[in-house]
Amino acid sequence: MGRIRVIFQRELAGYFATPIAAVFIVIFLLLSGAFTFYLGNYFARGQADLVPFFDFHPWLYLVLIPALAMRLWAEERRSGTIELLLTLPVTMWEAVAGKFLAAWCFTGIALALTFPMWLTVNVLGDPDNGVILASYLGSLLMAGGFLAIGSCISALTKNQVIAFVVSVVISLGFILSGFPLVLELFSGWAPQFLLSAISSFSFLTHFQSISKGVLDLRDILFFLSLIAFWLFATATVIDIKKAES
Amino acid sequence: MEIMVKIENLRKTFGPIIAVDGVSFTVGKGEVLGFLGPNGAGKSTTMKMITGFLTPTSGAVHICGHNIDVQPIDAKKRIGYLPEGAPAYQDMTPASFLTFIGEMRGYRGATLKRTVSETVEKVNLQSVLNQSIETLSKGFKRRVGLAQAILHDPEILILDEPTDGLDPNQKHEVRTLIRAMAKEKAIILSTHILEEVHALCTRAMIIAKGKVVFDGTPAELEGKSPTHHTVLGTIAGVDPMVLHHHLMTVKGVKKIEELGRNGDLVQFRIYPDDGEWILPDIGHCAREQGWEVRELYPDRGQLDEVFRLLTTPNQTIS
Repeated sequence: MGRIRVIFQRELAGYFATPIAAVFIVIFLLLSGAFTFYLGNYFARGQADLVPFFDFHPWLYLVLIPALAMRLWAEERRSGTIELLLTLPVTMWEAVAGKFLAAWCFTGIALALTFPMWLTVNVLGDPDNGVILASYLGSLLMAGGFLAIGSCISALTKNQVIAFVVSVVISLGFILSGFPLVLELFSGWAPQFLLSAISSFSFLTHFQSISKGVLDLRDILFFLSLIAFWLFATATVIDIKKAES
Repeated sequence: MEIMVKIENLRKTFGPIIAVDGVSFTVGKGEVLGFLGPNGAGKSTTMKMITGFLTPTSGAVHICGHNIDVQPIDAKKRIGYLPEGAPAYQDMTPASFLTFIGEMRGYRGATLKRTVSETVEKVNLQSVLNQSIETLSKGFKRRVGLAQAILHDPEILILDEPTDGLDPNQKHEVRTLIRAMAKEKAIILSTHILEEVHALCTRAMIIAKGKVVFDGTPAELEGKSPTHHTVLGTIAGVDPMVLHHHLMTVKGVKKIEELGRNGDLVQFRIYPDDGEWILPDIGHCAREQGWEVRELYPDRGQLDEVFRLLTTPNQTIS
């Protein structure tokens, strides 16, 4: 555990040592604000909740999280530090987990900095703060899912641009997997159980059910097991790809 | 001699390419093993397997008795490794980078601080401690790489081209540092610079196409040179025919090669039988004949030449 913490701290400090932290947080706050007030008609709705705010999170994450995740492993491989890291007395899963948790914690910080939204809605009305808390939790879990996908794709390539684009496409697939766009790809030939399996992978469905304030264990488990799966895939990919320098 | 690294029949293939093909050797405490070989010969791949970065296709690596695939953590704790090009996290400073490495190696608190500052002193990094690594010169970057490798005072040190790209002063510094540590550790380093083998190594190993083609002392390596123990001379005012005639009567002389003439100066190289040491007899002969000797000196052999002979196909050592 000690080594996960050491890697975690180094990574997290790394975000703040570079302009990445400032740029990411400012853009995240600006966009989430803009979406809420302009596209979400926050005021015109006349309701004291944060639904328009959280509704845009999947779409914000779709672009911003792959940008954050693309450097996770691609940068280590490009600069050769992966050789340094993995020849230290550390196991692969400790390295994968440490780096992932740092990125996840960083998105958590960005998310926490949206607290003025919560203050605003509490000043303007009397919202259900339980629902808001559940939505925050759901949003964080969903961010972790996107990050784990990005981590794996980033391990596949040295090229950060490729990592970004591929992560966006795969993440989009996961957002929309309950929608006709994705399902129609399969509906012609795949059996029904596969179709319902695919549609059950929809980030949107799981996130929306959490953000209604219903903390269903299944939704939480969905995101956690999805994260575990993609991190396992990350470790496997690194192991296979590390021979190529 | 205590055996620290034991390599057994190491093999690594990448698809159809055989990078390392059945390499076996041991390295003991106090030994400095120099890995030589052309680019792509398998030196780096071998080092990556010894340090546990790559998994061998077959064969085994034992680090102080720990198989690196079975007990990777125990084995890795005993190794300090400088990968090729001395990679480091560029946005960190040497101070924060070395602290990170120290923490990963299990140091905490006051011990961590002391270990880092001792290492910084050893490699002379004090002046750049708080500058980001990406702004440092090549020499300093290499020193940061060395610092992270020796920080935990490892029993085994693996250095992939530790002096590559450094200027002569920096090379000298790095070599001095390695020499100072040599007694207490087992060191494996790879290099392209053959003089470095002389300056540093107690043992040299040449790898070509994934196989060990030579394993011996640097002196033995020189012994393989066709010009090993030949005598080079320049003599004034003597007819080359006469010179040749007299020199051939000296015991142990195999053949004489005339290298050139300049006015009345004759330059030549004398080859001995089987690497015999013929310089004293040649000198004796020259004095007896009363020749005006301008130069007379032995050639220890060109490592470059041996290297080429051993690593290029279709060439044999005469």
